[in-house]
Amino acid sequence: MNNTHFWRPSLALWHRDVVRFLRQRNRIIGALATPLVFWVLLGAGFTPSFSAPGAAGMSYAAYFFPGTLVLIMLFTAIFSTISIIEDRREGFLQGVLVAPVSPGAIVFGKFLGGTTLAVGQAILFCVLAPFAGISFPPALLPTLFLSFILVGFSMTGLGFLVAWPMDSTQGFHAIMNIVLMPLWMVSGALFPLPQGNSIIGWIGALNPVTYGVAAIRQSLGGQAVSGLPGIPLALGVTFLFCVGTYAASYWLVLRKRKIA
Amino acid sequence: MSGIRISRLEKRYGDRTVLHELDLTVQSGEIFALLGPNGSGKTTLFRILSTLIAPDGGQAEVGGCDVVRDPSGVRTKIGVVFQSPSLDKKLTVRENLKYGGALHGLHGEELRSRIKAASASLRLDEKLDEIVETLSGGQQRRAEIAKCLLARPEILLLDEPSTGLDPSARIDLWTVLVRLREEHGMTVVFTSHLMDESAKADRVAILNAGRLIACDSPEQLLQTTGPEILRVATREEERVAKFLNDECALSPQIIEGEVRAATSDAHAIAARVTTALAPVVLSTTVSKPTLEDVFLFQTGCRFHE
Repeated sequence: MNNTHFWRPSLALWHRDVVRFLRQRNRIIGALATPLVFWVLLGAGFTPSFSAPGAAGMSYAAYFFPGTLVLIMLFTAIFSTISIIEDRREGFLQGVLVAPVSPGAIVFGKFLGGTTLAVGQAILFCVLAPFAGISFPPALLPTLFLSFILVGFSMTGLGFLVAWPMDSTQGFHAIMNIVLMPLWMVSGALFPLPQGNSIIGWIGALNPVTYGVAAIRQSLGGQAVSGLPGIPLALGVTFLFCVGTYAASYWLVLRKRKIA
Repeated sequence: MSGIRISRLEKRYGDRTVLHELDLTVQSGEIFALLGPNGSGKTTLFRILSTLIAPDGGQAEVGGCDVVRDPSGVRTKIGVVFQSPSLDKKLTVRENLKYGGALHGLHGEELRSRIKAASASLRLDEKLDEIVETLSGGQQRRAEIAKCLLARPEILLLDEPSTGLDPSARIDLWTVLVRLREEHGMTVVFTSHLMDESAKADRVAILNAGRLIACDSPEQLLQTTGPEILRVATREEERVAKFLNDECALSPQIIEGEVRAATSDAHAIAARVTTALAPVVLSTTVSKPTLEDVFLFQTGCRFHE
């Protein structure tokens, strides 16, 4: 029997996330400020000693720019998904769970909301690109935008997978520090992954976040770093990462709901 | 058919059974109270009926739909008012109602007119564009009910609806529930640990430790104890109880320094016990029975909130 709704609840959940976010200015600033401070300070500190493979003379601020974009998306996605924890026990989500809403709508609405916010914040940060000597080649703009969407979606997915089974936000912070941040660190976001056989190189190659960072890096001008997976591979893996986190989230919600 | 039918319903958490083979029927159009102390299983039952958790055995039908086999069918029939509101406190009342309606597939003019009707019926018209967290507890509860009404549910389930409300907001809430039943024939089921609140329902189910100990109209339940309750405060409960049993043919209960008995002639017996056992009787009290007395006589223990 299918008397559940999908599209309207999804859009309502999406719209709610966006309205809430815009109404809480401190969240916008919060998700941008930390990565911005990282970018300014690390950029200033590492530039004199930094050299990227295949891109001699590249400043660290320029190298770290795509990584900062991904960090902003990760933080924004975390802020948007962490609310699930309290929401489900004593907030808005309780009402969603007892309404005739298909479990897919809960996942899709939340992913849509997280992705919108993450992409919005990333675009906002792009205003600072000229300060790092980064340009936006017009031919690559669609690729850049697609990369933002896929990375934003998959980051929301990571947040969702961590948040949904959690009872407390403290648990979320622990997982964030032990799992999510290291995934970002060993993705070529913070430092170029070593070439050839090395443990870090292998971890980086197996880390799906690496491909998102690579897709964004190669869609920007002034980022001629060698040894990255090509754009098709980078986008393909990131897309699969999106599918994987979405499917896993759907399964989690379904299992929790025990819906027929 | 509307209403709720529960048969042999079981729920366990680990090896702790919180609902023991519960049987219960709520008629369509009834205002029904699930009364019980903390840990009685009433909230677990509420969560099963609102399809948030699955039972481990037995059946529950809500509005003719089985909660396990057809939870989405149940969800089209119910409106659920949670103890901690399911409103987004950062949004306005109107936004909350809009999203609440969208969850039921409502949209456009239909949704707008239903928001108008529901907010008018709950006297929220003036508050529609205010942020929820700026409203009083009573207004928030009304907004929550308004959200539930948008989909025109057959059955309204409320978990401890008067928690956190001041006395006037409680009376107000009760007026709303009675009107919903009268105007829409809605079935209203609420959990409560408050005796006076439950006594206003058409029927009351009293739960204790996961078992149904009584289920009837408040008037009938009160009759089960006897017309009057005699309470004797004493330091020698056994002696007083023996006297009431042997000399007055009553079946007294000893509860925390007090001997209680139901009788039709409490004043005369109070006089007898005071005369006969003057040195040990501290005081006697005669009162009309309350649901608390029903609970005491059924369980032999006090109703701890």
